[in-house]
Amino acid sequence: MKSLSEIEKRIVYLDHAATTPTHPDVVAAMLPYFTDHFGNPSGLYEISRDASEALSSARESIAQILHSRPEEIIFTGGGTESDNLALFGIARKYGAKWGKHIITSQIEHHAVLLPTEVLKKEGFEITETTVNEHAEVSVENIIAALRPETVLISIMYANNEVGTIEPIAEIGAAIQRWKKDNGRKPIDPPFLHTDACQAAGALNLNVDELKVDLLTLNGSKIYGPKGVGILYVRRGVQLVPLIVGGGQENRLRSGTENVPAIVGLARALEIATEKRETENARLAELRNYLWAEIQVRVPKVILNGHPTNRLPNNLNFTILDIEGEAALLYMDEFGISLSTGSACTSTSLDPSHVILAMGKPYEYAHGSLRMTLGASTTREDIDHVLEVLPPVVALLRSISPLNLSMDQKQENIAAHSAFVEDGVPHWMKK
Amino acid sequence: MEDTNAKPLTTSDMQTADVVNPHTKQKWAYSPIVKEHFFHPKNLLLEEPAPDQFDARGTVGSPACGDVMDIWIKVDPATERVVDLKWKTFGCGSAIAATSMFSVMVTENDGLTLTDALKIKPQDIMERLGGLPNRKIHCSVLADKAFRKAVNNYFHAVGKHDRVEVEGARVIDARMNITDKDIEEAVLEGALNLEDMQKKLKVGVGDPAAIPEIEQLIRFYKEKYFGA
Ligand code: FES
Repeated sequence: MKSLSEIEKRIVYLDHAATTPTHPDVVAAMLPYFTDHFGNPSGLYEISRDASEALSSARESIAQILHSRPEEIIFTGGGTESDNLALFGIARKYGAKWGKHIITSQIEHHAVLLPTEVLKKEGFEITETTVNEHAEVSVENIIAALRPETVLISIMYANNEVGTIEPIAEIGAAIQRWKKDNGRKPIDPPFLHTDACQAAGALNLNVDELKVDLLTLNGSKIYGPKGVGILYVRRGVQLVPLIVGGGQENRLRSGTENVPAIVGLARALEIATEKRETENARLAELRNYLWAEIQVRVPKVILNGHPTNRLPNNLNFTILDIEGEAALLYMDEFGISLSTGSACTSTSLDPSHVILAMGKPYEYAHGSLRMTLGASTTREDIDHVLEVLPPVVALLRSISPLNLSMDQKQENIAAHSAFVEDGVPHWMKK
Repeated sequence: MEDTNAKPLTTSDMQTADVVNPHTKQKWAYSPIVKEHFFHPKNLLLEEPAPDQFDARGTVGSPACGDVMDIWIKVDPATERVVDLKWKTFGCGSAIAATSMFSVMVTENDGLTLTDALKIKPQDIMERLGGLPNRKIHCSVLADKAFRKAVNNYFHAVGKHDRVEVEGARVIDARMNITDKDIEEAVLEGALNLEDMQKKLKVGVGDPAAIPEIEQLIRFYKEKYFGA
């Protein structure tokens, strides 16, 4: 093991689940729509027609990839907005008539979980289904949670933190059966929504095979621009819009369309789809190499998420006894960008809700690191990480008073006596 | 490692690191002093201590973030100066830097007396560090609390029980069974006015008579930890 002072800095970006750089071809495709074809797509003159044609062809291209109709694609201001529109839109359209119950899972993104908090105040009941130790939701649990009043089920396609891929197609099939058995038409609730932002670059997006009624994806995770997303809405499914005004996007999302970003999103999705298979294989191989070597070089590490059923670019693991933010800052000093589920980095000082949902103690979240590989990642990058990580861990372990066991239970906080007088961590009181 | 260009923390959608002080709107990039103490922590306990190497030890856990701090002290019985202080932590970068700085402050120039060392406030550590974001103030409190606990253990060990200072918790809102310590914690977690406090703790909602005292405590702890 080299000592830290012998290691040179090298920029290695391993936070592609947070966001990706925009692909140069995408930037090139966008540029004319800032300056030449800048028109408002609603106008009738030539400059506007150019913009409106670009808008339709972007819509068609995306529709083709999703195996949907163009009019089922709504452009929005990003993944969070699409999730919000799906949740609030369905709840407010169908809640009064059909019932006020929504099913999600404990590991959803905050863009889904926080809207459900708001909907609770509007009288909705929310069932957050649990996940197993690999962060997988179970189809049976979801079906068991279905009630006549359920209007929406929202389950992410792949988890952003631990990369676990959820069985969306099976959930979709089970919901369709349930609807049939209960005398519901396909365009009656409950509907299935999936947030596919993390999955978009890596997994099949065919909405018929997935059997989803609504699907979110965005530009910023697939080498497209930030601030643009789509919500796929199956024909016949209705929504109450969040933003009203000029009536764009079939009155579901008013506001002049962000043409350059939409063109960029479509281009990014085309490129991602073309490269999907080769890139998945390349990333999985690099990721597997990274994890295999970490296990050899760093003692007491535990994989978070599913061993195989996960996004090819995602590695999330816990290094016992150390705190992730400190590790993150050390890695940053050597040019490596990654993220952690530690309570210390979150504004609310809450540890990762995903790692807690998998039944792990909070100290596992504290010591969790997420490395998400991407288009620019090379074998040399991985080797740099493998050089820096072991001495950083050794140093932080020498600072740490903890010595956790590899099968620590969630109820037993490690330094229990340290907490007795001053109270236990705040999230345990909830 | 170059020591100059302080740069902001990396952020991600998973957990967003706070690099802007929400109260002063100042950007926080860790100061060269914070960096120095974070990358080269002083007075770390690196080996199991020998049986008589220290006189007392204090361990605390942070109810805010779940971190753990361990402090060992050696005291000269004649002068009551702290001649040695070592520590370990399961904590973030700010906890490491703040505790390292605290250990220097207590032991520099032949060591402070216990009485003087106990006067160090988290605010003082922060000043010497050149600032920490508000959200990270509780990390420096951790060093302070572990030290107080170690000192109390020391007084117990040498039979000076009357010198032990216990910060007893006092119930402020009897219906919710909320104590001044809960309020202190909530201030450290960022509830700096009555409204935020009530959102967090529901304190005083069913017991309006307690509100003046709650407001006073918020002011007190705000001043103690945020210096304003
Ligand atoms: S010690 Fe946990 S946030 Fe600093």
